[in-house]
Amino acid sequence: MIEERKLGPGIVYTETVVYSAPEAFVNDAPYQIAIIALDAGGRITARIEAERVSIGDRVRFAGYRNGIPFFHKHLEE
Amino acid sequence: MRPVAVVGIGKTAFGAFPDRDLRGLTVEAARKCLENGHIAPSQVEAFYLGNFAGPAFAGQNHLAPYIAASMGIVDVPATRFEAACASGGSAFFHAVSAVAAGIYDLVLVAGVEKMTSQPTPKVAEILASAGDLGGEIRVGGTFPALFAMIARRHMHEYGTTREQLASVAVKNHANGAKNPLAHMRKVITLEQALAGKPVADPLTVYDCSLVSDGAAAVLLAPLERASEFTDKPVRILGIAQTSDHLALEEKADITTFPAIRRAAEKAYRMAGVTPDDIEFAEVHDCFTIAEIVAIEDLGFVKKGEGGSYSAAGCTRPDGPKPVNASGGLKSKGHPVGATGVGQICDVALQIRGEAGDLQLSRHALGLAQNLGGSGATGVVTILGAAA
Repeated sequence: MIEERKLGPGIVYTETVVYSAPEAFVNDAPYQIAIIALDAGGRITARIEAERVSIGDRVRFAGYRNGIPFFHKHLEE
Repeated sequence: MRPVAVVGIGKTAFGAFPDRDLRGLTVEAARKCLENGHIAPSQVEAFYLGNFAGPAFAGQNHLAPYIAASMGIVDVPATRFEAACASGGSAFFHAVSAVAAGIYDLVLVAGVEKMTSQPTPKVAEILASAGDLGGEIRVGGTFPALFAMIARRHMHEYGTTREQLASVAVKNHANGAKNPLAHMRKVITLEQALAGKPVADPLTVYDCSLVSDGAAAVLLAPLERASEFTDKPVRILGIAQTSDHLALEEKADITTFPAIRRAAEKAYRMAGVTPDDIEFAEVHDCFTIAEIVAIEDLGFVKKGEGGSYSAAGCTRPDGPKPVNASGGLKSKGHPVGATGVGQICDVALQIRGEAGDLQLSRHALGLAQNLGGSGATGVVTILGAAA
């Protein structure tokens, strides 16, 4: 079981949009995943929801679903 | 440590063979290899098998004695080595170590994978088990996705372009078209490579190696006995295997593979040669970006210059540093466990001057580089003609 810890905001270190998905995720494709450098330190690989992101974009944590951390592009307030 | 030589080689064709099974493929490669080294199965003192996922792809476990016994090799240590896509290289490294240490004289190393009996999403899932299941795979990562993220970062930091990635595919397809054992013997254009179906941005199908069936085998002996088995022994001048994190997120810089850099440094030191001395190389182009990173990590070019060096044609067979003259994983195919052993066969063929239409003009000193997963295992071997 993976521990679900609350995550803070971060910046996109790298990303890709997956078209050819593994068996468990065929219905989700295409979807974006990214490695995020968290402001608090360390990196995490996560799913990006809604608007697509590029390297250097700021993102915020949107919660876990089925054990998967989701992030959203951080829009100006 | 005593010097070790490759005294026999054998390969099956790589491809999609619905009528062949894992054991039959291995036995074909091993028989060719033993014939090539002029020995009987009963003379083999140990059997090392590189195989990534036979149990997942085919259901069978306990593979090494299962295969060895079927060709008359019994009463010896027979063991399977698993190191993802470097399973073959790892089996080879450990076999060389045992012969060098004087434990055995005649050792048979084989590598095999039977992949095409499963549908693509299942293959993707089995391959993904070589990544970190708790992180990058849990969120929907695949191996193409991991290398796509490496490519994106390499493009961001060094200005590497889609065209430079595609130039690797074009070259390896042109080379593989001349290789009678290659899975896909098809020349492609830069335009075709760029217009390929997307797999994981920025990689298209033309950036990815093939899902294949196949096997390869190598016979090892101490150099001092090599002439009993062959007129053309190929000496292992340097070899190293090293390890690193599985997960990309745990690496400080994903545009380089420290396991390859460190294995290369050790192998160069053992062989007493520099990257400039290497005349040709077979590298692990599971994806086009992996070849670009490999030639940087091996020291053939400065960090970040792999893309422009490739696009300039420097790694073509007529260039200053031929890379993957065999067609590479891209065109030969990538039956995972067979790949590392197959690379040794291809380098040995060049050194022996037996590479046919693929023969390079400078072929005395070659290098093979085998990468496991997204960089957690690296194996680098330097081979040369035995004087």
